[in-house]
Amino acid sequence: MFLSFTLVAAMGFGGVLPWARRMIVERRRWLTESEFLDLLALCQFLPGPNVCNLSIAVGARFRGVKGSAAAFLGITFLPFVIVIILGALYESYGDRPGVTGALLGVSASAAGMILAMAARIAQPLLSRRPGEALPVMILVFAAVALLNLPLLWVIAGAIPLSIGISWWRRG
Amino acid sequence: MKGSDQLVALALCFLTVSLLAFGGANAVIPEMHRQAVDVAHWMTDRQFVSLYALAQAAPGPNVMVVTLIGWHVAGLEGALVATAAMMLPSVTLTFLVFRLWTYFRHRRWLETIQNGLTPVTVGLVSSSAFLLAKTSDHGMLAFLLTASTAALTYWTRVNPLWVFGVAACLGGFGLL
Repeated sequence: MFLSFTLVAAMGFGGVLPWARRMIVERRRWLTESEFLDLLALCQFLPGPNVCNLSIAVGARFRGVKGSAAAFLGITFLPFVIVIILGALYESYGDRPGVTGALLGVSASAAGMILAMAARIAQPLLSRRPGEALPVMILVFAAVALLNLPLLWVIAGAIPLSIGISWWRRG
Repeated sequence: MKGSDQLVALALCFLTVSLLAFGGANAVIPEMHRQAVDVAHWMTDRQFVSLYALAQAAPGPNVMVVTLIGWHVAGLEGALVATAAMMLPSVTLTFLVFRLWTYFRHRRWLETIQNGLTPVTVGLVSSSAFLLAKTSDHGMLAFLLTASTAALTYWTRVNPLWVFGVAACLGGFGLL
């Protein structure tokens, strides 16, 4: 389990999830497609890094605490070592114009990728219940992106409000 | 004891961020930026964005930006403390909820909660995109790069590594 998740992490440039699905569902057949989607729903529902949560859930499903620990270390250990090496290189060469420029390019591009990710998450909800979802999305965006408010306040206000709206308009 | 103060600050910062990360690491980029740049003054705007890009370009989960922030602040100890603080609360919660999940998976109230959480996640993730774009898009070409990556990722299944490669080359040659 440790090795499989290490492999997933090593291949996961710019997003580990597709590789995790391939390994868990197609290669190892640890889970069926629907079991995988079910666990993924749990991990997206809870706070925290999704793929790390997923490693915990898949590990727990098969070997309890030990499975979780093995899968979690698999998904984090190699990436940890790699970013430390990159961090050390950045300390020495980070101020060269070529390097800052390249990193600026990657972050400009990553901004677009994350925007598309937000659109993908929003799309099904907006087509089903736009009247409830859109105001909350705009409110949270305004609070975090425009007003730069502490996330704790935003979460403490927005989650009860949004769940309240969703409960009131249920069924 | 400046060093251990920094470690405590890193731990406190990421222990809370961990439990607020509805939608994963990409939902909390503005909060990490606020903490690291505005509150703790660990780094500048540009450094933050560079570390984020470095984590994106490396293989593995994108939460690894936390490791880099820790490394930047307090070396290897900082990296370990920040990473552990970011992971442990949420991962423990997942482990505990995992058992209950099978029972509650198809209850109506769970669906109600999920319907309530999703718009919050969308607001957070789009704020992250906005913050990165605001900090890195200084010219028309950078803005176009952001827009075209968004379109490519939304409508096609192109591997992000290629897009990042092109983006890094454009930036590396000083075109952005």
